[in-house]
Amino acid sequence: MANRVIIESGGKRKNYWKNLWSFRELFYFFAWRDILVRYKQTTIGVAWSIIRPLLTMLMMWFIGWIFNSSVPEGVPRILLVGAATLPWTFFSSSFSEASNSLLGNSNLLTKVYFPRLIIPLSTVVVCLVDFFISLSILIIVMIVLRFTPDSRILFLPIFLIIALLTAIGSGLFVAALNVKYRDFKFIIPFIVQFGLYISPVAFSSSLVYQSKKIPEVLKFIYSLNPMVGVIDGFRWCIFGNSIPIYMSGFIPSIVITFFLVILGIRYFRKTENSFADLI
Amino acid sequence: MEPIIRIENLSKKYILSHQSQAKESYTALRDVITNKTKSVFQKKSIQPKTSFEEFWALKNISFDINQGDRIGIIGRNGAGKSTLLKIISHITEPTSGRVVIDGKVASLLEVGTGFHPELTGRENIFLNGSILGMSRREIQAKFDEIVAFSEVEKFLDTPVKRFSSGMYVRLAFAVAAHLEPDILIVDEVLAVGDSSFQKKCLGKIKEVSGHGRTVIFVSHNMGAISQLCNRAILLKSGEIFAEGKTSEVTAQYFMLNKAAAPLTSVNFSGPLSGIINFLSIKINDKDSSDVLYFSPKEELTFEIKAHSNTTMHFRTTLALFRNGERIMSMNDVKNAEEVSEGDFTSIYKLPSYFLRPGEYLIAIGGNDETTKGITSDWIWGTDLVCFNIMEEWDEKNEIQDIGVINAPYKAQRVL
Repeated sequence: MANRVIIESGGKRKNYWKNLWSFRELFYFFAWRDILVRYKQTTIGVAWSIIRPLLTMLMMWFIGWIFNSSVPEGVPRILLVGAATLPWTFFSSSFSEASNSLLGNSNLLTKVYFPRLIIPLSTVVVCLVDFFISLSILIIVMIVLRFTPDSRILFLPIFLIIALLTAIGSGLFVAALNVKYRDFKFIIPFIVQFGLYISPVAFSSSLVYQSKKIPEVLKFIYSLNPMVGVIDGFRWCIFGNSIPIYMSGFIPSIVITFFLVILGIRYFRKTENSFADLI
Repeated sequence: MEPIIRIENLSKKYILSHQSQAKESYTALRDVITNKTKSVFQKKSIQPKTSFEEFWALKNISFDINQGDRIGIIGRNGAGKSTLLKIISHITEPTSGRVVIDGKVASLLEVGTGFHPELTGRENIFLNGSILGMSRREIQAKFDEIVAFSEVEKFLDTPVKRFSSGMYVRLAFAVAAHLEPDILIVDEVLAVGDSSFQKKCLGKIKEVSGHGRTVIFVSHNMGAISQLCNRAILLKSGEIFAEGKTSEVTAQYFMLNKAAAPLTSVNFSGPLSGIINFLSIKINDKDSSDVLYFSPKEELTFEIKAHSNTTMHFRTTLALFRNGERIMSMNDVKNAEEVSEGDFTSIYKLPSYFLRPGEYLIAIGGNDETTKGITSDWIWGTDLVCFNIMEEWDEKNEIQDIGVINAPYKAQRVL
């Protein structure tokens, strides 16, 4: 028969991805729900989605200004910071939301069947919407400052996709772990906070790579952070050669991203059948 | 004909952890790490403080369900009904054995799964419908029908957190009632809502199953099971205890459900326990080891036998409890009267149509108001016998007269 389902121990659903695809409407509905619910019962509503990234950007600008970190010629500091805040905020919010998404929907996990992957994936969509709102703010700032990026801006989606994959990979892995080990409830905010300092958000990567004080090993470890590649990439797309990409640092972070995606999906699939019992 | 659902040697094991302080079922990473590290340093694996116990929620269950079957699954709490439904609904996986399903399954394990309190009624219809497996188009096509069934038209654009619980349940069931799966799994959802709405829901499920759909229905309400199902399966501690025609299986269920504990002094407390001993409670000549199901059409006769060790003044009281609430009390004599040493019997008669269908618990006791002033000597024991009033309706006892009791009343209209 066409839609025969066999449920057994350790059974992998045949056509896993096809099955996931057939649930795409539910995926939209979850994303739609999260977007709708987000600003309910707030006085200024959607304005929050503009105020939040704007404040983050201003604060990062302020920190950079106070510490007088170096800014390349012809690059306004606010844009330098903005180009990093955008992908970082996107990554950190989608990572933490995806990681907590299964717990937040535990009533659904124990009562209805659907591919569990839908829940963390749909939360990322909400963060993506936020990202585009912030991006339009950045564009407005560019217009105000009369700053025109060159054609490299067309590469921006590639770096966005890397950020997306990193968030999904790590998010799925931690979400699945979080079901069994609630310790991750405390680890997640820590990762996000720590990540902000080791990623070039308030400073630029050249500070690290060109430093003579930092040993090569640490530089390599620094480059393993996928968000370093993403943020450098964003800056490269917007500011061009005044902020070059360090290929020796970019390649490892791409490798890590793909490693995270594979790890996340595999671990998630391995454990998803027991979510309802463990949560 | 090939069965639509084949269940083969299905078993499900849960590991229960008995831990002294932590009640949480989830593991803390700390424990895993400490235990692992400990076992590195000590060659012998040391016993963790937690003790684990295996619990088989289902043991080797096999049966087939044919297309168009309406199967009732019954059993006491903890018999494995919900686990079985969860496995068939693909929510949790079995420990061994397998289920083969040929068709689209929709399961209704809870009313209003996925309802979001902040969203409006309209938005929740779409969300819930989608969660239950309807496509957006299907929901749009049935939207008006769903709204009409739910009777909450006026509040469609109100967040459901402002709904009364009745409205909430009605809306949630309305969505579920318009599913069109090949197999519909329903778990005890009719336990909520008022009885007229319950009746409407039952009618809807019946209608759904009329179209050749397969229904798996779990309930404690034997009336609903007998009305709806053509076959029933009785589970007892994870195993199939009986299977077959609904009437036969429900009879077995009643037999299983009897509360067989005899009356002893352990059941009673108070200064008079030991002086007054209650010996037996009979309802319509049946004692607590019988099946205590009564029709609302018959009169209930309660007979309490007791023994007094001395000559004293005593009044025997019988109280009925429902859902933990004392709904009425009956006294055998108005004021405590003398009983001499020996046995005595108290008889109470009550037209049972006063009682709404459902489960009742009996408490008995008594006191002696004559000997001491305000604080009289007393004896009291609760939850002694459980009996059920069946769902049978006539003009004295009508389904739409919602409430806790049916009190006789006279009414008239003056124009």
